[in-house]
Amino acid sequence: MSVEILDAPEVQVLELPPDETRIQVKNLNFFYGTKQALFDVSLAFRRQSVTALIGPSGCGKSTLLRTLNRMYSLYPHQRAEGQVLLDGEDVLARGVDLAALRARVGMVFQKPTPFPMSIFDNVAYGVRLYEKLSRHDLAARVEESLRRAALWDEVKDKLKDSGHGLSGGQQQRLCVARAIAVRPEVLLLDEPASALDPISTARLEETISDLKSDYTVIVVTHNLGQAARLSDHTGFMYLGQLVEYGETDQVFTSPATTRARDYITGRFG
Amino acid sequence: MSDVSPFIPTSAPKGRPRGSRLSSLFEGLCFAAATALVAALGGLLVALFIGGWPTLRKFGVGFLTTSTWNPVTEIYGAAGPLVGTLVTSAVSLVFALPVAAGVAFFLTELCPDRLRRPIGTAVELLAGIPSIVYGMWGLFVLAPLFARHVEIPLMAAAPPGSLWDKLTTGIPNGSGILMASVILAIMILPFMAATLRDLLLSVPPAVRESAYGLGATTKEVVLSVTLPYIRSGAIGAVMLGLGRALGETMAVTFVIGNSHDFPASMFASGSTIASTIANEFTEASSPAHFSALIALGLVLFVITFTVLALARLLLGLQEKHA
Amino acid sequence: MNRRSELMLRRRIVDLMFKGFCITVTVLALVALAAILWTLLARGVGGLDLDVFVRATPAPNSHGGLANAIIGSVVMCLIGMLIATVVGVLAGTWLAEYGQGSPYGSVVRFLNDVLLSAPSILVGLFVYEVLVAPFHGFSAVAGGCALAMIAAPVITRTTEDVLRLQPSMLRESGTALGAPMALVIREVLWRSARGGIVTGGLLAFARISGETAPLLFTSLSNQFFELNPLKPMANLPVVIFQYALSPYDDWRRLAWVGALLIAATVLGVTIVARIIAREQHRP
Repeated sequence: MSVEILDAPEVQVLELPPDETRIQVKNLNFFYGTKQALFDVSLAFRRQSVTALIGPSGCGKSTLLRTLNRMYSLYPHQRAEGQVLLDGEDVLARGVDLAALRARVGMVFQKPTPFPMSIFDNVAYGVRLYEKLSRHDLAARVEESLRRAALWDEVKDKLKDSGHGLSGGQQQRLCVARAIAVRPEVLLLDEPASALDPISTARLEETISDLKSDYTVIVVTHNLGQAARLSDHTGFMYLGQLVEYGETDQVFTSPATTRARDYITGRFG
Repeated sequence: MSDVSPFIPTSAPKGRPRGSRLSSLFEGLCFAAATALVAALGGLLVALFIGGWPTLRKFGVGFLTTSTWNPVTEIYGAAGPLVGTLVTSAVSLVFALPVAAGVAFFLTELCPDRLRRPIGTAVELLAGIPSIVYGMWGLFVLAPLFARHVEIPLMAAAPPGSLWDKLTTGIPNGSGILMASVILAIMILPFMAATLRDLLLSVPPAVRESAYGLGATTKEVVLSVTLPYIRSGAIGAVMLGLGRALGETMAVTFVIGNSHDFPASMFASGSTIASTIANEFTEASSPAHFSALIALGLVLFVITFTVLALARLLLGLQEKHA
Repeated sequence: MNRRSELMLRRRIVDLMFKGFCITVTVLALVALAAILWTLLARGVGGLDLDVFVRATPAPNSHGGLANAIIGSVVMCLIGMLIATVVGVLAGTWLAEYGQGSPYGSVVRFLNDVLLSAPSILVGLFVYEVLVAPFHGFSAVAGGCALAMIAAPVITRTTEDVLRLQPSMLRESGTALGAPMALVIREVLWRSARGGIVTGGLLAFARISGETAPLLFTSLSNQFFELNPLKPMANLPVVIFQYALSPYDDWRRLAWVGALLIAATVLGVTIVARIIAREQHRP
C-alpha cells in the first residue's frame, strides 16, 4: 500500500571524481553468443573502498564482475563491447596482456577452489608466477597474506597439509589469501559466502572489510544484509542494466528509483 | 616481521608470468597429439588401401564374391572369410544379446544390494580377460564338451533333408563356425552387459518409480518403460559389441578350424577375415598374397568403421537425450 | 472379476519367468567366469616354478621357462605405454581444454572413438606396413608402437573425461591469479585429475598387456633372450599362441602358465584401477 513515487527516475548513477576512481566502466555491453546480458552499463569503482553489486539472479552482476578481469575471455562465444578503464587503461582493448591484468585484478569465487597442493603452496602459487623471492621472503609473504585473511592462527602449524583438509570457510579464506598474496590492486568477490555457514560468513565479512584499506574491493552478493554491512557503495542491477548506484546508506535507506526500492524492501527478487 | 615491506599493492604493471612463453608451445603440443590420433587412423586407412590396391585392381568386385583362395595359382577371393566374419558375428550377437540384457536387468532390478557390486565387478573383469585366454579355453575346455553335448545331439536330432540337417552337416569336433560364434558370444557378453547396465542406471529413478507406482510388474517396467527409454543407447551398445566380434582375432583363430572354403554348415570349418590375416600374414610368400591379405584388412576396416560410426552416432543421440 | 484375476495371474507368471530368465543367465555368466578362472588355475599353477621366470623358452620337449617372453612383454608394454601416455594425455587435454567446442574437436573425438574399438589386427597390419616392411625387420619397437596405437585412444578418452569433470571454477581461479592456461592445466587441473588419469593409464595397460594380434606381425617372436629393441623380441601373447597350438606337451603346459600370468596381470591391474577410481569419487 505504499505511495507510488511518480517522478522517480528510471536510472540513478553516481559519478565519482577521477582521482578517486580505480575502475571506470563506460557503455559496457556484454554478449553470450547472440544473447545480450549487459546493456550500456557505466559506473566508477572507488579506490580503497568496498562496492557491492546486488540484484536478482540473472541480472548481470556476475557478468559485470567477470568483465573486469576479462575472465569471460576463456570462453570463445562471450564478448564485451565498450570500455573498462583500469587506472585509465582500457582492459577490453586488443592486445592487453591478460595474465598481467589478472595479476592486478584478483578474484575469489562462489565456491572455495583450493588447488590440489599444500596450504603454503596454494598461497605461494600466484607469487611464484611473477616474483622470484628468496625462501625467507616467500615464507614472509605467505604468512602476511594468511594473516590478512585471518587464517594464520588456524593453519600456521599445518602449512604443509593439503588445502582440501580445511573446512569450507577456511578454504574460502585460503582463496582470499591466495588472491591477495599476489598484491593485486582490485579484488573481485563473486558471491564469496554463498557456500558458507553463518559463522564462516561472519568471519569472511570481517576479513573483507579489513581489506578495503589497501584494495578496491568489489563484491557480488544476493544477500542484502551483507551488502549493507560491508560496502561503501552499492550498485543495483536489473535485467542487465545498472538501475541505481550510489552510497550504500543512500541506496538502502532512500533509493531514488522505484525498482531498487521494490527490490530492497523485498517486493521482488 | 619487521623486515617485511608494508603491504601496499603494487600498481606498477607486472612482467610476464613464469611459463608464459611456453604456453603456446604447450597448446601446440596438445594439438599435435590430437592430430597424431587423426593421422594414425588416416594412415591406417591409406596404408590398407595402398597395400590392398593391386588385389582390388586385379579382381575388382569379384574379390568379394569369389570364394577361391589359392596362393599357388594366385587367385584370391574374400567370400569365404567375409561370410565367415559376418555369420559368426551375427550368430554370436543372437546368443549374447538376450543373455547380456538378462544380466543387465538382473543387476539393475533384481539383484540384492549386497551382491550388486561384486557381481558387477565380476562382469567387468570378465570383459577384461585377454581374448587369447578365451581362445585357449574355448579350444581345450569348451570344444570337447560342446562337441559331445551339443553338436552330436543336434546332428542326431535333425530330420533328414531339412534345413536343420543341412546346417549341421560336417564333423562335430567342436571346431567350426558355430563354436567360434559361441566363443565370440561369451567374449562380447560381459562388455555388452556392463554397457547396458550403465545405460539402465542412467534412467531417472522417477521414470521407473512411476511405472512401478501404476502396479506394473518388473518385467513390464523393464521391457516397456526403461528399455524403450534407453533405446538408441542400447542399440549403440549392441553395435559396439558387434564391432568387437567382427574384429576379434585370437579367440576365433583357435576354434574356427581355419579353412578358406565357403562355410557349408554351422559345423564346418571356416575362417574370418581376422583369423585369415593372423594365420597367413607372416608366412605370405608372394607380394600378391600380401596384397590380398591387406585388401581383406581393408574390407574389415570398412565394415567395422561403418558399424562403429553407427554405434557412436546412436550412443551420442542417447547422451543428448539423457 | 474372474477374468481380471486370471489376467493378474498370467501377468505374474510372465513376470516370474522373466525374473527366472534374468537370474539364470546371470548365473550362467558367472559360471563361465568361474570356469575360465578355474581352468587357468588348474592348468597354469602346476607349471609355475622358478624356471618360468629365469629360463628362456625351450626347444620342443625340453625344459625351459618364459623369462625372455616376460621381459619382451614388459619392454614392449613400456614402450607402448610411454608413447601412449604422452600422446593420450596431451590429446585428451587438447580435447577438453582447447578444442572442446570446435568442429575439429568433434572430428578428433569421433575418430578417437573409432580407433578405440578398431580391430587390433588392423593396427598390426598398419604398423607392419609403416615400420616393419620398410626397415626389413620385425622389432620390439614396432610392437611397442602397435601397442601404443591401441592404448593411446583409451588414455585420450579417460583424460578428456576426467578433465571435463573438473569444476570450471578451479580452472578460472588459476586463471584469475594470472597464470597462463598452460600452467593452470599442468599444475592445477592435471594434479586435480591425477587419479582419473592414472586409472585410464592402468586400464590401457591392462588392455595392451594381453594383446596378441598386433604383435604377430610387428615384434614377431624370438626363442632367445633379446634386449635390443630393434630386433624381434619374444613376448608372452605370441609365445602362448604358438605354444598352445603346438603338438608338444611341454609347450602347451608353458602356454597355460603364460595365460595364467597374463590373466593375473590384467585382472590385478584392473582391480587396482577400480580401487583408485573409487577413492577419487570419495571426496
